[in-house]
Amino acid sequence: MPVKGTPIGTPTKVTQGSKTKGGIGESTLRPDGTLKVTGEFAYSSDMWHEDMLWGQILRSTVAHAEIVSIDTVEALKTPGVYAVMTYDDLPTDVKNYGLEIQDTPVLAHGKVRHHGEPVAIVAADHPETARRAAAKIKVEYRELPVITDELSATAPDAILIHEGRDDHHIGHVPHPNIVHRQPIIRGDVAAARERADFIVEGEYTFGMQDQAFLGPESGLAVPAEDGGVDLYIATQWLHSDLRQIAPVLGLPEDKVRMTLSGVGGAFGGREDLSMQIHACLLALRTGKPVKIVYNRFESFFGHVHRHPAKLYYEHGATKDGKLTHLKARIVLDGGAYASASPAVVGNASSLGAGPYVIDNVDIEAIALYTNNPPCGAMRGFGAVQACFAYEAQMDKLADKVGMDRVAFRQLNAMEQGTVMPTGQVVDSPAPVAELLRRVKAMPMPPEQQWLAAGEAADVRQLPGGLSNTTHGEGVVRGVGYAVGIKNVGFSEGFDDYSTAKVRMEVVGGEAVATVHTAMAEVGQGGVTVHAQIARTELGVTQVTINPADTQVGSAGSTSASRQTYVTGGAVKNSCELVREKVLEMGRRKLGTYHPAWATAELLLEGGKIVTDAGEVLADLVDVLEGEAVEIEAEWRHRPTEAFDLRTGQGFGHVQYTFAAHRAVVEVDTELGLVKVIELACAQDVGKALNPLSVIGQIQGGTTQGLGIAVMEEIIVDPKTAKVRNPSFTDYLIPTILDTPTIPVDVLELADEHAPYGLRGIGEAPTLSSTPAVLAAIRNATGLELNRTPVRPEHLTGT
Amino acid sequence: MDFLRPASWEEALAAKAEHPTAVPIAGGTDVMVEINFDHRRPEYLLDLNRIGDLYEWEVGADSVRLGASVPYTRIMENLRGELPGLSLASHTVASPQIRNRGGVGGNLGTASPAGDAHPALLAAGAEVEAESVRGTRLIPIDEFYTGVKRNALAPDELIRAVHIKKADGPQQYSKVGTRNAMVIAVCAFGLALHPATRTVRTGIGSAAPTPVRAKAAEEFLNAALDEGGFWDNGRIITPSVAKQFADLCSAACNPIDDVRGTASYRRHAVGIMARRTLTWTWESYRGTDGRSIEKGSVA
Repeated sequence: MPVKGTPIGTPTKVTQGSKTKGGIGESTLRPDGTLKVTGEFAYSSDMWHEDMLWGQILRSTVAHAEIVSIDTVEALKTPGVYAVMTYDDLPTDVKNYGLEIQDTPVLAHGKVRHHGEPVAIVAADHPETARRAAAKIKVEYRELPVITDELSATAPDAILIHEGRDDHHIGHVPHPNIVHRQPIIRGDVAAARERADFIVEGEYTFGMQDQAFLGPESGLAVPAEDGGVDLYIATQWLHSDLRQIAPVLGLPEDKVRMTLSGVGGAFGGREDLSMQIHACLLALRTGKPVKIVYNRFESFFGHVHRHPAKLYYEHGATKDGKLTHLKARIVLDGGAYASASPAVVGNASSLGAGPYVIDNVDIEAIALYTNNPPCGAMRGFGAVQACFAYEAQMDKLADKVGMDRVAFRQLNAMEQGTVMPTGQVVDSPAPVAELLRRVKAMPMPPEQQWLAAGEAADVRQLPGGLSNTTHGEGVVRGVGYAVGIKNVGFSEGFDDYSTAKVRMEVVGGEAVATVHTAMAEVGQGGVTVHAQIARTELGVTQVTINPADTQVGSAGSTSASRQTYVTGGAVKNSCELVREKVLEMGRRKLGTYHPAWATAELLLEGGKIVTDAGEVLADLVDVLEGEAVEIEAEWRHRPTEAFDLRTGQGFGHVQYTFAAHRAVVEVDTELGLVKVIELACAQDVGKALNPLSVIGQIQGGTTQGLGIAVMEEIIVDPKTAKVRNPSFTDYLIPTILDTPTIPVDVLELADEHAPYGLRGIGEAPTLSSTPAVLAAIRNATGLELNRTPVRPEHLTGT
Repeated sequence: MDFLRPASWEEALAAKAEHPTAVPIAGGTDVMVEINFDHRRPEYLLDLNRIGDLYEWEVGADSVRLGASVPYTRIMENLRGELPGLSLASHTVASPQIRNRGGVGGNLGTASPAGDAHPALLAAGAEVEAESVRGTRLIPIDEFYTGVKRNALAPDELIRAVHIKKADGPQQYSKVGTRNAMVIAVCAFGLALHPATRTVRTGIGSAAPTPVRAKAAEEFLNAALDEGGFWDNGRIITPSVAKQFADLCSAACNPIDDVRGTASYRRHAVGIMARRTLTWTWESYRGTDGRSIEKGSVA
């Protein structure tokens, strides 16, 4: 759907040269890097305002219950308390929020649906006072049976998690406790099954992963004299927050002014609101600035997690190793509220076949409503869970056919021109076989590295590390491969655009540029890349990146591997428009002095206007003089379309991205402990705008995939639906001693539809890392291992 | 919450006598976590950081008197020879930052079955120097752990030091966690050979309500080593002896299923660690003891 005549997926008309220092393709350093490493970076939790109050949220202690009564009297009596608010104190009729479906209560009303749901909020002059006061609020619950899985959710007499649903998915789901269902059907699976010489089936379980960002949810709401509020907040998408916050406060959007504050990681966990509305409500109620900071315990309840999943897969192949068909069913647990569940279902189903040519496909994906913790966006969502299953299947099927596991994948690998199960033709490079070839070709790490140092075993090279559990006894090496496919950008017909305001002017005798977007810098390096783009497109050295806020149009979300593509694209587009204006000014002012003004292709380089032959026509300073050129423009990638609700056919995704991994592990087979020695990755990035950042993203994504392979899991008690390990003591993420060597081979095959030919990169490495590690552990132990993460009990049969 | 800051050990004892519910805090690596998580809200915190004596250690003829607040880092750096088991255990404590703050006194005060120092103390043999305004007493480590997170201290007592027997033979320590560093023990095992008394001592962590010794396993092994003349001939311990020792160590466990691991895994893992640490210590004993080692021979 083209909108307002803005350019759609404009290919670059003019190729700016690379003579300007610090442009795209260089590994310029991040402006926030040194500050973060030295501990000086100001995160959202570091903010302070004179006279500010501290907000505290009271959360439900049970997962599913009717609220019989809430008594706030004692809390209100506490000296230092300025306000206690419950559902009854909400100022307007809008009392829910949500990314797509507004099913999440700002504060619980009548019922709580998951452990840790916000019930009441308190503002006090000291955080401890607020905490003490919140503890004095008496909530009487009448507990209800908990719904924790597909069986209990879809039972004929199942309690409906949400009564009276009227969202746009209710019409096509088989049960009101199913958020969304998406089938993807292509070809004739029944007929293809007849042709299959080999069939493998598997049932796979994927655990609940947490984003585990290091900066907890936090922000500061400051009431303004005009009745509005200024909110300083760590988020992934300012304008999406704004759209959800303003109606609850009963304020027009221009009276809720949001500024991005320092974000300590996101990984999808900040797509949903956390404390935003609560802080604003308390600030408007008390007339004082209110700061809320979750501690780590609360953070585990304060954001959505990765959907745990059950995946049922059947693949067939002929004797010569060609895939015949795929039948799959993917059941995602969305927990109590919808969050991003519909989009996760869309990804899991449409990418459920993986990066392979399969002509006959029957996939069904659903997301459940349960009383488990709400699940939503996390790096690679939907595609991550599916990749774990289909890659296990590929190994099993290769073994049955009797082929090398990598060769089997390469034989069936998709390429440019392949038709996806959705009917979409892959219309840019898809070097799946090549990525596999590259990881396989990398040199193997030497055997028994723990003996390299001398006589005594170096336990740091062994499973267990300094815990000193083995000196080599029981240790077996394993090697595994995996490859995955992820979409880039928002899909299924979403109007996925970004806005950039670019200004060019002379400051201190030098032409400089300013870039202003609402892009959330969450650590991905967008601010670095925007400056590089501005230097390349405008030929300047000095670029100022303004703080992200809602005074400029939406940049869309920092998620779905999309920001360099979409906001990078918007910055590029606005720079091009500024450049055109500057050239117009030049032609107007100086055009008569040289014929090249009218005839040549003109570029901005090194602060000058030059012809494509390199002849200098003017200094930018002389063209601009006292004038500033400023343009704010929206930019969108080419449109996508929704998947058909019955067949899943449709041009659903704007771009695909691929990565492959080879994992090498040492497993202590007696104790069931794993040391990942190396996780080699090959990924096509289209064009590396900042090669160092690209490597960093790939290594980070790889490590997050390793986490869910061997340790990371939120454990929910199936009887109570309560979270059992909400702390970094028991929710383990990889330390540097768990992080292997990660050699990275970067391929740059341009996608002609994308700015500079780039490909979104942030998520793909998170997909294949997990199944590669699992495959390596299976290789070492001979065990089937159909669930992730793998725990010592699974490896030792205890 | 009141924060008591005694300037001397005598003042600390007086404060503890006056406020028996006061929670002592030194490195704060345990107490502060509990407070931050709101798991406890003590009426008084008794800060021991001003008492320099608690950071000192003395190496005596038979034992090391280790001040309650000596950080794990110091133990690793300075007492590897005298206290090899505890040094290995110290290596597994949390992160470098925590090891710079935390000490054995805190582990003993909390008396969590998951405390990393306990199996090493049990295996080496130790006494806890507890003191109150009423006087000083030495509590044998075997009698110190009385229940889940409970110990033998009287309400008015503070831990001043631990007297740990100097190693007279090889010691080993192993700990299972589901991460390669910075992890709370799923279970742990300490083993010390005591050639001077021709005995073996063990310690098991996180596999029973308290840290425990595997006494039946020790007795079995002591007898087997004695009967075969192993201490003198230094022969390789046969696999069947090692296996029986390991099985008896597993049997000494009384673990639970929890979020960190299953009971049956803990039993299994303690057995594996017992067998491996026995092999390592015995090989080391055979390799270093010059008396009458028959290299490579099998008893």
